[in-house]
Amino acid sequence: MGLTPVGSMPYQESKEEFLTTKLSHLIDLTRKIGVNWSRKNSLWPMPFATACCGIELMATGASRYDIARFGAEVMRFTPRQCDLMICAGRVAIKTMPVLQRIYMQMAEPKWVISMGACASTGGVFDTYAVVQGVDQFLPVDVYVPGCPPRPETLLEGVMAIQRIVENEGLIHSKERERGMGLVVQPTVQVKVEKGAGK
Amino acid sequence: MSAKITPIIELLQKQFSDIDFAPAPLLEMKDKSAEQWCVHVQPSKLFAVMSFLRSDERCSFEQLSDLAGVDYLNFPKAKDRYGIVYSLLSLSKEHRLWVKVFVNDPNPEVPSVVSIWYGATWMEREVWDMFGVRFSDHPDLRRILTWESFEAHPLRKDYPLTGRGEREDFKVITRDSA
Repeated sequence: MGLTPVGSMPYQESKEEFLTTKLSHLIDLTRKIGVNWSRKNSLWPMPFATACCGIELMATGASRYDIARFGAEVMRFTPRQCDLMICAGRVAIKTMPVLQRIYMQMAEPKWVISMGACASTGGVFDTYAVVQGVDQFLPVDVYVPGCPPRPETLLEGVMAIQRIVENEGLIHSKERERGMGLVVQPTVQVKVEKGAGK
Repeated sequence: MSAKITPIIELLQKQFSDIDFAPAPLLEMKDKSAEQWCVHVQPSKLFAVMSFLRSDERCSFEQLSDLAGVDYLNFPKAKDRYGIVYSLLSLSKEHRLWVKVFVNDPNPEVPSVVSIWYGATWMEREVWDMFGVRFSDHPDLRRILTWESFEAHPLRKDYPLTGRGEREDFKVITRDSA
């Protein structure tokens, strides 16, 4: 996996440039394999843990499940040093600017895991104050289902990120897929009885 | 209503003879000494009554342990729309008292008690945020739980649970803009 170069390189079949072109191909291939291999095995997560999913995230980091087996144990609490944001828990709309600022402060390349039902869809909190899925306002790469997800599920999500990194690691995140941007409008209207309570 | 009222309420009725306090226990109990009492006050008289309850040495309610808002829309037998409930506690005299105020639309407004109990600041801000009841003479009446551009008062009963589209009205960050 990952041995075919993504995109088409300008390739000249003339004998003079044969060696150099092959060489640049080789360098590119090595860099892609090497860099992607390094990146996918040393993801540094930014734990944006706002709720009970954060406890499960801590359990994933602890010794029983041990996210260090995947090289992602270095939780950094500053976005400048991270390349993987794990958004764990429901996000209130008042918190959304914070989350967006943290995402924008992360250096390229960066990936986002939306962990749990609340971060992905709003979950049971279908209220005025809760964001109905962070993918409405942020580009999300992997959705981890569960309420909260078991540590195995989160590890599966990290492995999914690793596959993404392996396949398209050198692509700038602008060129990757975008979030779905689904918007749900409220449909409920409250009935007011006549003459009650003025 | 039980016949016996507490000494505090007797004191209040003597001091403010023009107010109908309509005292009632929160819960009827067999042990009358364990009953907790509630009095009703008009918004215009609230500040005077509260000052008296705080400063009079027989009352000396040093602590405002809670301040809450209630929306009585569609509530059975309710005459007024909003209620503000003050829960007072005297640590030195070891007694409690509940004070209720009712206000109505439009422009529901009660006097602020921040100058009596400073701890009321955030509680009054919360009631303003959630119910839209203004507190006159409040030093800093901003929203406390919802965000600044929010316009509604979400704990009112006629506000839909899922909001009126406020939660979607926000800047989107794409991969291009980040």
